[in-house]
Amino acid sequence: MHPRLELRNICKRYPGVVANDDVSLSIQPGEIHAVLGENGAGKSTLMKIIYGAAQADSGEIFCDGNPIAAHNPATSRALGIEMVYQHFALFESVSVVENIALSASSAFDLPSLAAKIRELSLRYGMPIDPHRQVHDLSVGERQRVEIVRCLLQAPKLLILDEPTSVLTPQAVVKLFETLRQLAAEGCSIVYISHKLDEVQELCDTATVLRNGKVTGTARPKETTSLELARMMVGSKLPEMHVSPPTPSEKPVLEVNNLSVKARDHFGVDLKDVSFNVHGGEIVGLAGVSGNGQAELIALLSGERTHHNNDAIRICGTAAARLRADERRKLGLAFVPEERLGRGAVPSHTLWENAVLTAHRFGTVRNGLVDRRKASAFAAGIIDRFKVKANGPASTAQSLSGGNLQKFIVGREIALEPKLLLVSQPTWGVDVGASAFIRQTIVDLSRAGAAVLVVSEELDELFEICDRLLVICQGRVSPPLIRKTTDREEVGLLMTGRTMSTDQMAIGSGDVALQD
Amino acid sequence: MDLIIAIFTGTVIAATPLIFAALGELVVEKSGVLNLGIEGMMLMGAALAFWAVTAGYPMPVAILAGALAGAAASLLFGVLALTFLTNQYAAGLALAIFGSGVSAFLGRGFGSEPIEALRGINVPVLSDLPLIGPLLFRFDPMVYLALVMFAAISWFLYRTKAGLILRTIGESPQTSHAIGYPVIRIRYMAVLFGGAMAGLAGAYLSVAYTPLWVENMTAGKGWIALALVVFATWRPLRILLGAWLFGGMTILQLQGQALGLEVPSELLSALPYLATIIVLVLISRNRQMLALHFPASLAKPFRPAG
Repeated sequence: MHPRLELRNICKRYPGVVANDDVSLSIQPGEIHAVLGENGAGKSTLMKIIYGAAQADSGEIFCDGNPIAAHNPATSRALGIEMVYQHFALFESVSVVENIALSASSAFDLPSLAAKIRELSLRYGMPIDPHRQVHDLSVGERQRVEIVRCLLQAPKLLILDEPTSVLTPQAVVKLFETLRQLAAEGCSIVYISHKLDEVQELCDTATVLRNGKVTGTARPKETTSLELARMMVGSKLPEMHVSPPTPSEKPVLEVNNLSVKARDHFGVDLKDVSFNVHGGEIVGLAGVSGNGQAELIALLSGERTHHNNDAIRICGTAAARLRADERRKLGLAFVPEERLGRGAVPSHTLWENAVLTAHRFGTVRNGLVDRRKASAFAAGIIDRFKVKANGPASTAQSLSGGNLQKFIVGREIALEPKLLLVSQPTWGVDVGASAFIRQTIVDLSRAGAAVLVVSEELDELFEICDRLLVICQGRVSPPLIRKTTDREEVGLLMTGRTMSTDQMAIGSGDVALQD
Repeated sequence: MDLIIAIFTGTVIAATPLIFAALGELVVEKSGVLNLGIEGMMLMGAALAFWAVTAGYPMPVAILAGALAGAAASLLFGVLALTFLTNQYAAGLALAIFGSGVSAFLGRGFGSEPIEALRGINVPVLSDLPLIGPLLFRFDPMVYLALVMFAAISWFLYRTKAGLILRTIGESPQTSHAIGYPVIRIRYMAVLFGGAMAGLAGAYLSVAYTPLWVENMTAGKGWIALALVVFATWRPLRILLGAWLFGGMTILQLQGQALGLEVPSELLSALPYLATIIVLVLISRNRQMLALHFPASLAKPFRPAG
């Protein structure tokens, strides 16, 4: 039998980089095949080549034994190859069903397609309303749309790029069931991930890429994670050092009975949210996206204000009515979820982006930008946070996701904040850079700063946080101490279920003391 | 009563070229392309349609010639902006100036004699009804064609898959390309359609509205059509209403001047522009709706990656 997909000696060069160097792999029908590698290892390029969104410079691709000629996404879809992009290929201005109709080969019949979407999404435990506009959907919901879109095509080969990062642990289990069922039905799956435990649990084979080259193939179920990680990173993995927290006496951030109506009927109302973050500790906010995180972050960062000035206090100062820049003067620094467009201006250089938040740090004098100081400031960040960039004059959009994130986190940390608000610090960032960013955040907190991390990745929160909050449908749970809670408890809270009463009684010992 | 009928019919007629040109530009901009050259394409259409009538061709052929002239002019823009990826603002402005110059050159031999204008329709019974007849059933066929185009374009954009594809290309050509749609080809078709519509608008001016040839006879109507698309927040119905509003104000200020109102005529002439801007700004205050209808990739050159 021919393999479902076979790549032979694929090479792809971009100016200055060899993205794929002599890559060969083969995937059998019904096989779940992992492609492992750090950011910049060439995984995304390879997927684009398989899907036909990019052309290889040399090499051949065979599908079911036949060479694919004149390869483009349309021919891929005709062959039954579907892809869930890491950066979602969804149009914001149209509805879910219209988005899906665009890539469906069936007749243009929106009502029946909507019914199919509803049915399929429920069957696989990822309910979506087909008539919602995509711009109102959270990241997690958008991913559901992408997956359902592919499933509608009854694919023969499904490519998934880091699909679990926005799901609850329970939903991951559900997704894996779906994927195994699909594989059992004969669909081959290419699973891109940096989460070794997931790859080991789910995948039959793994191809590991480093610097565009295949560094090994393995049967992940029979290989230790350490071996896999070594193939990926090529050197010793960075280790996290998380020393015990030494919380300050007074909280740096206080949120008191914050209630806000959603701005439109697609948003989430925040209901009576109260919590504190002390200096010297990291508090994590867990939750499936679309449960009020966006609203809470906007209110904390100052992008939105609140009429009750006391609802948010930063370093003891009532701040809910203050603008973002006024809150920054109180010592707030903020790393938003969207790197491009919110964290940095894509077409601007790194030094210009540094000036945006560091204008009080000598980069602006008498209203004029001091280019030399700004450049030096940006160069300092690049150096200190090991950002791979062509100097302070390279544009933000020219950096890879992980490197830009390092730069943005570095820029905010260079402001020496008393309070750091970070949203999805390692979304789409490779293992090495993720560990670096997490360590940086830990170091900042141990130096005395208060840190609030909003993340959908439980692994991350469990790794660095001292206390955990869970947000669900606009309500925030009482804090849980990381060392005494577990994934299951947090996962249940994420889905809005609480533990049964007797468990609660036992569990109440786990709840951190309220200040 | 006659005055009211005159104002109403005058409004509808004055609005017709704007409806053609603005709806055409709407389709172009919905695909993410900004063609600033409407004025030039209209002039090309006006000149060619006028020439065809003087050369003895029947009226429908002349109007078609106008549409083809507009489309041909837009092809020039398309090659520059879509194939050679020049700056769309610059290419559009060049087309506006080019069309104005070429039409003036072609029109040197046209003379200053008026031609016989496109005639109104005559539907048995309906056209003879009192009041209703002159209000609704005596316009020339182009007036009705404009309304048909409005309905057809609204249906196309919001009810068909092709329209959906066009709109999504306007939002993100990268994503459309990734899904597998031929972005450049679709944008070419949109640009050609917009050119043909501008050509129709020009033809209407020279064979129906003011059936004679005058250099630069569009007198800025192409620019108004462009503004209408923006102020109408890229929605067909608002373009229709905006065109009528503008047409109405144009006729009202003419009537006002005829009645000898003691207002400087320059101020009256500015009234249609002012009123259009004020009303359309008022109705486009809903930011979210605006963002929803704005083609996010407007005027950004697109080169397929890969």
